[in-house]
Amino acid sequence: MKKLLVLLLVFSIVFTFAACGGGETEPEGEVGADITVCFASEPSTIDPALNSAVDGAVMLHHAFEGLIKWVDDGDGNAMLAPGMAESWDISDDGTVYTFHIREGALWSDGEPVTANDFEYAWKRVVDPATAADYSYMLDCVLNGPEIIYDGTKEPSELGAVALDDMTFEVTLHTAIPYFAEIAAFPAAFPVRQDIIEANGDQWTFEPETYIGNGPYMMSEWVHNSYITMVKNPNHYDFENLGPNSIKFALMDDDNAMLAAFNSGELDFNEGYPIDEVPALLESGQLKIGDYIGTYYVSYQTKMAPFDDPRVREAFSLAIDRNYIVEQITRAGQVVAGGYVPSGIYDAGGPGTDFRAVGGDYYSMSKDDYAANTERARELLAEAGFPGGEGFPIVEYIYNTNDGHKAVGEALQNMWQQELGVQVTLTNQDWAVFLETRKNGDYMIARNGWIADYNDPISFLDMWVTGGGNNDAQYENPAYDSLIKTAKTSSDPAVRMKAMHDAEDILMGESVVAPIYYYTVPYMVSDDLKGWYYSPLGYFFFSYASK
Amino acid sequence: MIKFIAKRFVQAAIILLIITCVTFLLMNLVPGGPFLSEKSPSPQVLAAMEAKYGLDKPLLVQMKNYIVDLVQGDLGVSFKMQKNRPVLKIIMEMFPVSAKIGVIALIWAILFGVPMGSIAAYHRGKWVDSVLRVVTTLGVSIPGFVVATVLLILFGTVWKVLPTVGLLSWKSYILPCFSLAFYPMCYIGRLSRASMLDVINQEYIRTARAKGVSPRSIIFKHALRNSFIPVLTYLGPLTAYILTGGFVVESVFNIPGLGRYFIQSILNRDYPIIMGTTIFLAALLIAMNLVVDILYKTVDPRIDLTKGGEGA
Repeated sequence: MKKLLVLLLVFSIVFTFAACGGGETEPEGEVGADITVCFASEPSTIDPALNSAVDGAVMLHHAFEGLIKWVDDGDGNAMLAPGMAESWDISDDGTVYTFHIREGALWSDGEPVTANDFEYAWKRVVDPATAADYSYMLDCVLNGPEIIYDGTKEPSELGAVALDDMTFEVTLHTAIPYFAEIAAFPAAFPVRQDIIEANGDQWTFEPETYIGNGPYMMSEWVHNSYITMVKNPNHYDFENLGPNSIKFALMDDDNAMLAAFNSGELDFNEGYPIDEVPALLESGQLKIGDYIGTYYVSYQTKMAPFDDPRVREAFSLAIDRNYIVEQITRAGQVVAGGYVPSGIYDAGGPGTDFRAVGGDYYSMSKDDYAANTERARELLAEAGFPGGEGFPIVEYIYNTNDGHKAVGEALQNMWQQELGVQVTLTNQDWAVFLETRKNGDYMIARNGWIADYNDPISFLDMWVTGGGNNDAQYENPAYDSLIKTAKTSSDPAVRMKAMHDAEDILMGESVVAPIYYYTVPYMVSDDLKGWYYSPLGYFFFSYASK
Repeated sequence: MIKFIAKRFVQAAIILLIITCVTFLLMNLVPGGPFLSEKSPSPQVLAAMEAKYGLDKPLLVQMKNYIVDLVQGDLGVSFKMQKNRPVLKIIMEMFPVSAKIGVIALIWAILFGVPMGSIAAYHRGKWVDSVLRVVTTLGVSIPGFVVATVLLILFGTVWKVLPTVGLLSWKSYILPCFSLAFYPMCYIGRLSRASMLDVINQEYIRTARAKGVSPRSIIFKHALRNSFIPVLTYLGPLTAYILTGGFVVESVFNIPGLGRYFIQSILNRDYPIIMGTTIFLAALLIAMNLVVDILYKTVDPRIDLTKGGEGA
């Protein structure tokens, strides 16, 4: 007995010492605060080529810098400005960009940033061997599609070449108005060939090998707990940087995140239990940011009776979108009258709005809901199901989540009440749900899409025949040809017209039923100032103060 | 004794092999895969990823490859959660965190649970017994996540006296360790109360009492050792509880431990991490059961390990 106790005590002492040994050391410095922010749990990867998540992108925007970067416009909104490229020239036809690399730009280990770093990074992204989720971001570059999709060309043939150390030339196969955003996207950030070749896949895991060129650099990564970044002394704007350190807390429990924010351990937080939304909004703790994305349901357009556009339209019209945003989601979401969300630029660029030009496809006025449902019943009767008679039992699937469940229950209620059909709800865990939806093994599924860059094509090209995200299994040659026009035309007016026409088809055939446009609800402590934000979901803290 | 241990080692290897094969096959039977996301990658990228991680081969070939690597100590790399990081490294980093909390909780549970039970037994039927009975009944009926959440709200949010996130100072250990220890402490309390009652009615205790030995000495010197055997039996399952039950506590307090990771790996279909953690936890449990069996012998020499040695 005594021996056992002694043994246990020795164990506890050893472990306690081990605990003390791993203690955190605070970085020294006279100016700047130490701030802690929380977006999500451990990022899958912080390799710029492999990342496909918004929270990963936020970290990458601090640790790296693209040719073009996001800066504060003075009102807390992000706008594009020269980053690693001090300036650039664009050919008259808009297809050749010549970037002039900033004099004196350095990596965090003091090496100069050169055009070769960009050439290596871009070719690495499109290389099938890299298996980058976001390789398609560079399919606008000459030979990109042949390398990424057909495998008929080698990555070395990509139209992105370092003419010399300070000049990076990118040739596009078609001029696109949103190329500056691509150049500011994490997948287009430079990376170090020598580091990656020496360390392989492991280069992102240790501060010593995670060499970046951004304003901050990783100083510590305790997996599943936090990533700390400190100012990069080699960054050209080092003098003006804000926080001494930015700690990204890696958390996955909504209650824990809210508790940590309330106890003052987090300065910024995106996680909270959905039940708390009304209280948090009322107390002013939860703020709402714009987000370019649409929450919608997709129909399996190959499966009867949803192969009939009249049936799909009936289901779409029977949705009371105002009820959903006002009574269920309650975080400032905007009712959706079209698929492409508001906030996406039209032909005129910033200041114009694709949604405003395209208008709504059905009335979203609360007063018109009764008329919408009347029309829905007529359509269902025309399709052969008067009063919902003879309609098979409808199954609505969603991924297991309280918020999606609440929306699903509302939809179930609306469809049953207004159309007289019977609806069942099925939830699946995330990995299963994605597969079910992708394979089209469903009738109606929850769906959502967030923009990668500010252009309607980011939303519309997914519905082409055979598209990887075409969960509706939709096929329409007229639609495909309009998307092709939009992707190959350099004339902004022609492109935009083709995309409006494409959306007319998509909504006219009710392939999807948009419900609302996303917002980003977040919590930020009152004393955190100087951060800024892009509606693509990126928050920037490099110049924040506390 | 050595023969017994050698035999158990061979058994353990066979059990682990079976667990490996069954887990591998079951895991692949479950729908869903590691590479899909809301924005699904292009078929070319998917194919490249499957080729990179060897998922393009037939299942049995994959399993054979896995076992061959496993025998050489290679558990593969994570597909998703810490993309491309060796699983062994991940486990070696996360397990000590869970183990630290687990061992502290274990010690806490025993150091407080056993005396609680002994005191209750000694004061059987008196108010001390009643109070302890209420506490221990509560302890075994309230789920761990409730205890953890209530403590978190009280000490972290309302009074703000203890940190709620991570393990940055010694204070951070108090809430998670207590949350984890509460249930086993109460369970051990009940267990040792019952067995202590059993023991103090034995003749040798009556003899000791007749000889005028002090009550404290009777309880802690004579009775405790024998009443400890049922508690010892419980240590095997308790280790399992602390390792897997740690999941809840680790989530609530955002502790980067293995329990939480194990569950997340299943949700993410990160196959190598599922396999790695399953095999690791299985090996650990088998080892713990072996240790408990050997401890039996130490505590009660009457137990014969060579006969039907499947004690716990």
